[in-house]
Amino acid sequence: MNSPILLIIQREFLTRIRKKTFLLMTLLAPVLLAAAMIVPSLLASMPEDDKMILVLDEPSILLPETGTEQFKLEYLNPGEFNLELAKQFLRESDKDALLYIPSGNGWDPDLIKKNILLYGKEDIGIDLQRFIERQLEEKINNQKLIQQGVDPKVVTQTKTQVSVKSFTLGEEDGNDETSATPLKMGLGYISGILIYFFIFFYAVQVMRGVIEEKTSRIVEVIISSVRPRQLMMGKILGIGLVGVVQFLIWVVLSGTIYTVVSTFIYPEIFAQQVSVGTDAPNLSQVDQSNIFNMIYSINFPLVLGGFVFYFFGGYFLYSALFAALGSAIDQEADSQQFMLPVTAPMIIAISTAMNIVQDPNGPIAFWMSMIPLTSPISMMVRIPFGVPVWQMALSASLLVGTFFGVVALAGKIYRVGILMYGKKVTWKELYKWLKY
Amino acid sequence: MIRSENVTKQYGAKVALGGINMNIPKGSIYGLLGPNGAGKTSFIRIMNQITAPDSGNVYFGHRELEPSDIARIGYLPEERGLYKKMKVGEQVLYLAKLKGLSAAEAKSRAKEWFIRLEMESFWENKVEDLSKGMAQKVQFVTTVLHKPELLIFDEPFTGFDPINTNLIKKEIKRLNKEGATVIFSTHRMESVEEICDYIGLINYGEVMVEGPLLDIRRHYMNGTYAFTTKTEQPFTGMNILSRDHQHTGHTITIKSDQYPRDIIQQLADSNELLGFEEVLPSVSEIFIDIVQNGPKPKTYE
Repeated sequence: MNSPILLIIQREFLTRIRKKTFLLMTLLAPVLLAAAMIVPSLLASMPEDDKMILVLDEPSILLPETGTEQFKLEYLNPGEFNLELAKQFLRESDKDALLYIPSGNGWDPDLIKKNILLYGKEDIGIDLQRFIERQLEEKINNQKLIQQGVDPKVVTQTKTQVSVKSFTLGEEDGNDETSATPLKMGLGYISGILIYFFIFFYAVQVMRGVIEEKTSRIVEVIISSVRPRQLMMGKILGIGLVGVVQFLIWVVLSGTIYTVVSTFIYPEIFAQQVSVGTDAPNLSQVDQSNIFNMIYSINFPLVLGGFVFYFFGGYFLYSALFAALGSAIDQEADSQQFMLPVTAPMIIAISTAMNIVQDPNGPIAFWMSMIPLTSPISMMVRIPFGVPVWQMALSASLLVGTFFGVVALAGKIYRVGILMYGKKVTWKELYKWLKY
Repeated sequence: MIRSENVTKQYGAKVALGGINMNIPKGSIYGLLGPNGAGKTSFIRIMNQITAPDSGNVYFGHRELEPSDIARIGYLPEERGLYKKMKVGEQVLYLAKLKGLSAAEAKSRAKEWFIRLEMESFWENKVEDLSKGMAQKVQFVTTVLHKPELLIFDEPFTGFDPINTNLIKKEIKRLNKEGATVIFSTHRMESVEEICDYIGLINYGEVMVEGPLLDIRRHYMNGTYAFTTKTEQPFTGMNILSRDHQHTGHTITIKSDQYPRDIIQQLADSNELLGFEEVLPSVSEIFIDIVQNGPKPKTYE
């Protein structure tokens, strides 16, 4: 137990675990995450206030639409009102908005559509604007069809929606899997974002720890007892361990919550779902069983294993970089100019995640999941879709290999940096340190 | 105790140490002296194995310095500090364990030191809650707790308050008597004259002079003589450096190329002479002398 690196790991781990903020973060993070997902949909589903809209419809396009529950239309007589009078009327009335449809010269729908105006007492909500636009589009479309001598009803009847059932071809006949593309897209995207936050959060903690030791000036005392690289690795491993514990707590916590909710609070809902998943599909439940087939088609152990591997790989890689960065500066405020180049690959990986979910075996997906600085995120996005084994192996070994290379380089910068005070460091300077 | 042979260290194009040969004798209190930027800290970091020399060797005892020797060295760096958010006791134990002490051993020795320096009450405090003087004591304890054979203090008395300075000087002398070799590194040369018995003067990464303090001061005597007389004497025609008047006598310091036999004779004959001595130069005077004139050849060898 007296091995220095173990002592360092122990200290880094214990001081963080014992902090009140750790407990708070561990318990609150899932709540916050859940809130981040639930609150917007809650807000979106909340009914908006009803709106009353005055309509000055000179060409009588919209008439006799009366609107909906939420958006009620009320017509002004074009014989009595012009735009100025109508605006005046809106100001004095308790109505919310004014829609002005001018007739223009003659009855040309393409001309009319350009000059339609909507005035609101307050800002016009996006919902209201969309509602009006949809109404008008439909009316004008119909008018045009009629002008061309086509009955709008015919058009409506001929509209067709196609929904193709897709399968992933299995090795042999009979085990074709229901294609679960939307689910995989969601899962890939979410895992990518999660691993991004995880890596970033813990790697930054490593940087903070290094800066703390440097600014409190304890670092020289420590490295007169242990090698700088031992201190760096001990810190990285200790904080990584905190990450693992936090992750495990979350897994256990969500497992417990799931069990409690499913056994005690809503047992009937869960029972129903399970029966749908296992029994032969009932007539009315084909769609639901389809979802369960989709879920079963994803290799969850692989996703989880991949997550753990790529979290560690990415975390080690970035935390070594962040440790080097932290050693080079005197206070966190100075970190900005170096942060961006270091985090740029991660940001690129996140911003290409959308392209990858759309084409998980395309060239972007392939290269991004091979380059070690982006692979933890990009590969995580791909894994739910299934990745050829050789690609996984290549990506994993590139990541591990790069990690060792980066640790060697970061260790060199770190060794010099922690003993440098009061110096504004430049990239050139960092490069020089590599050769000290 | 610790000896270096042709140790060099370069940072980029800047030469920090240009071939240092030093020998720090066992049991000495050694003053490693030189102006800021002379290479003192670079050399200390090599002795502590924080950095490796580009070339040259360091010997600890009779063999080359090894990583395990870290446990036998206690180092108080110039840039010192502690983990602010960690409890004092925990921190002292952690640092001691890093030096290879067992938990039990570290605890019993720490308690001893805490009692000796009257600081038992801070054991459970966080470092950020301590006053500066208290933190300095803690820092000192962490340096000596593992009973190092070699103690290295880099600029030990900057930042310490006068009470702690005296306390720590006293403790260092005690540790030296118990057998520890002590290295003081400082640019304030006058501050260590009273405690050091050996010095090494370095400048621009080179050793300029090294040896027993008294021998060096004798060697660099530059014809300064002090007379104490009953009444004030004119000393006409002499190169007078200073006059000091006390009720016990009048002291005059002169500079002379020759031994002032005639003046002594004359003053003795007139019953005026109370005291006479050839004044030893201070370390900073020697340093200035060497910087201006180069090291003095060793005539006695």
